[in-house]
Amino acid sequence: MTPIGRDPEVFPPYLYDAYRATLRRSPHEAPIEIRPTLSELTGPGPVISAVTAEDSDLTRNAGTGGEAIGERTIVTGRVLDGGGDPVPGTLVEVWQANAAGRYRHRSDQHGAPLDPNFFGVGRCRTDAQGVYRFTTIRPGAYPWENHENAWRPAHIHFSLLGPSWLSRLITQMYFPGDPLHALDPILNSIPTAAARARLVAQYAHDVTQPRFALGYRFDLVLRGPRATPFEPFEPVARVDR
Amino acid sequence: MTVRGVTPSQTVGPFFHGIIVAGQNVLVNAATVGERIRIAGCVFDGDRAPVPDAAIEIWQANAHGRYRHPIDRRSVPLDSAFVGFGRTATDPAGAYWFETVKPGVVPYTADTWQAPHINVAVSARGLLDHLLTRIYFEDDPRNAEDPVLQRVPAPRRQTLLAPRAVVDGKIVYRFDIALQGEAETETVFFDL
Repeated sequence: MTPIGRDPEVFPPYLYDAYRATLRRSPHEAPIEIRPTLSELTGPGPVISAVTAEDSDLTRNAGTGGEAIGERTIVTGRVLDGGGDPVPGTLVEVWQANAAGRYRHRSDQHGAPLDPNFFGVGRCRTDAQGVYRFTTIRPGAYPWENHENAWRPAHIHFSLLGPSWLSRLITQMYFPGDPLHALDPILNSIPTAAARARLVAQYAHDVTQPRFALGYRFDLVLRGPRATPFEPFEPVARVDR
Repeated sequence: MTVRGVTPSQTVGPFFHGIIVAGQNVLVNAATVGERIRIAGCVFDGDRAPVPDAAIEIWQANAHGRYRHPIDRRSVPLDSAFVGFGRTATDPAGAYWFETVKPGVVPYTADTWQAPHINVAVSARGLLDHLLTRIYFEDDPRNAEDPVLQRVPAPRRQTLLAPRAVVDGKIVYRFDIALQGEAETETVFFDL
């Protein structure tokens, strides 16, 4: 297992003034470093519930029999560990606004229309090569209350439950070429341009399907422990393989 | 070995609720082995205001102290009626709860043990990455020897100790989470 901690050049700080909600929700105290134990080297990713093929098609999984409105989009990529090896069996969950920039959520006050055929949630598991794939529609940008005339760039939320508790990742995928990137405090909370670029999917013409949908590729790399773990249990060369 | 660039985190935002499956905060059924407990608490911000849009996830060993995971190959029994993962969202008052069993002890090193504990991940709008903490059981004498608790400065340890109460005949451990506060009131979070 490659030791990779929560690198401050890569991960956003908890307190980031331009994102106002961090002001009262970020811990003052530094987190306490501990060596990973069996509690953190295990995790629910490999064992929690099965997913069905329909779960990964957000254009049709609202259960209405109808199809969501919007620019059909395929998002696919690989989940890798820090050594570049695929991480099979990762539970990948996504949620997003509809094509008009509206979430199906009681708290979303944006005056854009809902789409009865779009629920906006999908899930799948990575295959033996670490590959996941979703069919969806491109989400719209939407306004929020962080500052005057604030707009979130189009994005898809990703939740990954990988091989261990400490590899848990919650992030957002952005679309290339969006002028709102430079204005978004959430994306810009990531300290370096190189790390920010890892959240921008690439247009992939080989993923695009003729007469059907545009394709994007978005790979994700999970972190590992900062320190070499104790191995009090029977050690194995690889987790989950 | 080439080290790939790790993917940075972003906030879970306020609209994550669709990924939570109904009933995901009940980890037990009639066949689950172990002492039934309820974990209940509230999430607070730095003004001691409730956080009504937090996601709470837990991961724990079963009552025997075995994790359901491929790397835990110890000869400790699995429980076919227990996985050990729970997920829920706080309500408008910032409250959350889980129904589960008290976990057994799990190893630290080959010949040392950790006190029973439940691993917790907290996500919310305004948290640019999730926070990791642990629930310990205040009435458990094994806390005194727990190697992770020993890493926590003594005045802050009580933020990780859930007090036990019996409410309507059920055992309830109370675990409030203060995202921000004074050193002795802010919940201890861990980095690994």
